[in-house]
Amino acid sequence: MSLLANTGVLLGKELKTEFRSRELLTTTVVFIIIVLVLFSFTFDPLSDEARRFGSGLLWLAFLFAASLMLQPCFLREQANDTLSALRLSVSDPFAIFLAKLAANTLFLMITELLLLPVFAVMYSVPVLGVLHWLTLVFFLGSLGVSTAGTALSSISAQARMRELLLPLLLLPMLTPILIASTEVTAALLDRSPYVLWKGIGFLVAFDIVFLTALWLFGEYLLEE
Amino acid sequence: MWKRAIFAAIVVSLMGAAAYASFFIAPTERTMGTLQRIFYFHAAAAWAGMTAFSISFLANLLYVWRRQPRWDSLGVSSAEVGLAFITTVLITGPIWAKPAWGIYWTWDARLTSTFVLWLLYISYLLLRTLIEEPDRRALLSALFGIFSFLDVPLVFGSIRWWRTQHPAPVIMGDGSSGLDPTMKATFFFSVLAMHVLMAFLIIERNRLEKLRFEVDVIRHELEVA
Repeated sequence: MSLLANTGVLLGKELKTEFRSRELLTTTVVFIIIVLVLFSFTFDPLSDEARRFGSGLLWLAFLFAASLMLQPCFLREQANDTLSALRLSVSDPFAIFLAKLAANTLFLMITELLLLPVFAVMYSVPVLGVLHWLTLVFFLGSLGVSTAGTALSSISAQARMRELLLPLLLLPMLTPILIASTEVTAALLDRSPYVLWKGIGFLVAFDIVFLTALWLFGEYLLEE
Repeated sequence: MWKRAIFAAIVVSLMGAAAYASFFIAPTERTMGTLQRIFYFHAAAAWAGMTAFSISFLANLLYVWRRQPRWDSLGVSSAEVGLAFITTVLITGPIWAKPAWGIYWTWDARLTSTFVLWLLYISYLLLRTLIEEPDRRALLSALFGIFSFLDVPLVFGSIRWWRTQHPAPVIMGDGSSGLDPTMKATFFFSVLAMHVLMAFLIIERNRLEKLRFEVDVIRHELEVA
């Protein structure tokens, strides 16, 4: 019970920090728009190609954005020297990770849902009919990205060249998420949309594996 | 000293015998001809590389649990040796693929997941170079190694389900796929030779890591004095 209570308080703190400045959300949204515009120059964005490549481009943009967005997650604590205080304030360090990954999942979901209409208009892909399914995929994908990303961001924050290091550690590890989410999204954006259950199941499995690993090993990641 | 020399001699003769067997004893394959003989080298190196990564994973777990420097040193040694074997696999693969399939590279499950695996362990070694403090480096890289290893089956599964046009596995596949008995014997002999080579390299690399550790300690003492 105390785990959930602690997580709730810490999540409130994460959200308050972000919504005071909205730094992360603004920069990430702008970054993804830039990537989507740049992608459009590499092929004809209004052809059938857009349907075929669209979902992949979208997820690639999300992953790149996430590898930037997850950066400050622990760096901020380190710069302000608040990590030890944070560690002392909770009985189970897993609460710190849970709060951070919940906040990151939420931020990613917000950016993704904000950008979906932009993507749909720019690449002329109808998304309204499958919106609820897309939201589910966004949630499962973002949860996996944030779980692995929060863990690795606590590692990279303790190394040199941290800004460069996080994408190098994170992106190869997210290959399964990229493949599965792209496949599910592509099926939803198809001319005759369908739900790829195997892909959704796979995303759930990825999330469970990484959540369990974080639960088991999280406390060591924050050791002094 | 003698033990090392004898071990080295065993490695050399086993590797030599494996090379002899794969060139002269194993029968020539029907469609690919002599070309197929690279298989004894390529697939055996892949198996040895995977074993090395598994050893590294176990060493990482043991380090997180016991916190003894020797597990850190075994972890990095076997990761490096595994990386060397997997690099061999990624180089011999295209050499074989070009004449056999007509292209150097195809984005199929085993190729791609091996490549992702290679990238993950490159990141592992890179991470180690970027953390100064030995205890922190050992702990954080061990944790990254554990996460990477857990990721491997997921990478393989996702690529196999959605990104593959590869024939079924030849070894350990179902009944329909199979090898000629002599080929199989040659293959398993190569696997054995590669594993002995791998063990030799890990032990030697581990020794080097220990020396490096001692040098660091001595240098530190001198600086303090």
